[in-house]
Amino acid sequence: MAAHGTTHTHEEGGHHEPHVVPVWYYVGVYIILLVLLVLTVVVSRFDLGALNIIVALLVAVAKTSLVILIFMGVKWASRLAWIWSVFGFIWLLVLFGTLGDYITREWVHLPMGW
Amino acid sequence: MSTVELEHPTFAPQHVGHQFEELDQQNDAYIVGIWIFLVTEIMFFGALFLALTIYRYNYATAFEEAHNALNWKLGMLNTFILLTSSFFMAMAVRAKTLDHRSETKMWLGLTLLCAFGFLTVKYFEYSAEIREHHFPGPTFRWEAPSRANVEANTPLIQMSEAPKGIAGLGNYTPQPIEHHAHQLFFSLYFIMTGLHGLHVLVGILVLGCLWVLIAVKHPAVEDYIPLEIGGIYWHFVDIVWIFLYPLVYLIGRQ
Repeated sequence: MAAHGTTHTHEEGGHHEPHVVPVWYYVGVYIILLVLLVLTVVVSRFDLGALNIIVALLVAVAKTSLVILIFMGVKWASRLAWIWSVFGFIWLLVLFGTLGDYITREWVHLPMGW
Repeated sequence: MSTVELEHPTFAPQHVGHQFEELDQQNDAYIVGIWIFLVTEIMFFGALFLALTIYRYNYATAFEEAHNALNWKLGMLNTFILLTSSFFMAMAVRAKTLDHRSETKMWLGLTLLCAFGFLTVKYFEYSAEIREHHFPGPTFRWEAPSRANVEANTPLIQMSEAPKGIAGLGNYTPQPIEHHAHQLFFSLYFIMTGLHGLHVLVGILVLGCLWVLIAVKHPAVEDYIPLEIGGIYWHFVDIVWIFLYPLVYLIGRQ
């Protein structure tokens, strides 16, 4: 603290220093991301039927989580930033919830129009 | 090297603006601000992904055929380029936080190089697709595959009736749309990757400005937060591509 206390104009307490993590943290995440990219391509070569899209999405979600938590630094950010970073994706779930309507419309045969 | 600099770190100087009570509040305001912006970005990209999902569900066969025309190898190269640029970006923000100016300039420069690389690859992809008449519109051509594809030519909405009573459209006789489902795929492809490309362009603008400001030691970028915000935006552009690549280029590839 003393070493850089002069560079800050912060007042009494409560202040957190900016997060700085060792370089290997970022290198590690980068390598995992590349492995996941190869996995994405390899998996797409096999016909897993309905599982195809599920596996592809799971890998994409894993990649995204790594980018958000480490690269974007949400892991070390405040609770408020954390909430906002999750909020968009929760909204996305609600949006894709409307698929339930599109997919099930043909299940019940209603007369066209009224 | 990294352990030494982390034992006695010197951080980029930060000054509390007069509208803020303390530094934590100021930093939070900036970071939360960019995240709120990204929520709106998720909203409109999300809507496009939903459109892709619905039409994919409606025209599964046509979409599978159409997406095979895309160059998945160039797509993979671009994914690699963007992931690499994200890594460079994270390193740039790290260097800036530790107040290493020349290191910041190097990593940020590499990030920009990747961004230009991405657009260059995209240029070659687009020009090949336009040459093959895969751009939707009157010039669109699709070489029908050998097996009869009934589904692709069964319109979801019947276009048999001309709209009546619309000014200027009195003589309008709708033509049957050739391979409309394939066109629909390419419409979504060009809209989604085009919008993403636009974001890459904006990213180049933002990061380029930051690079120049850092190079001339502008007081506005003494603080590491502006670069951190630019970085968060850049990582988001990467995330959009992380979903675009498997969902547009790869799903159902045989």
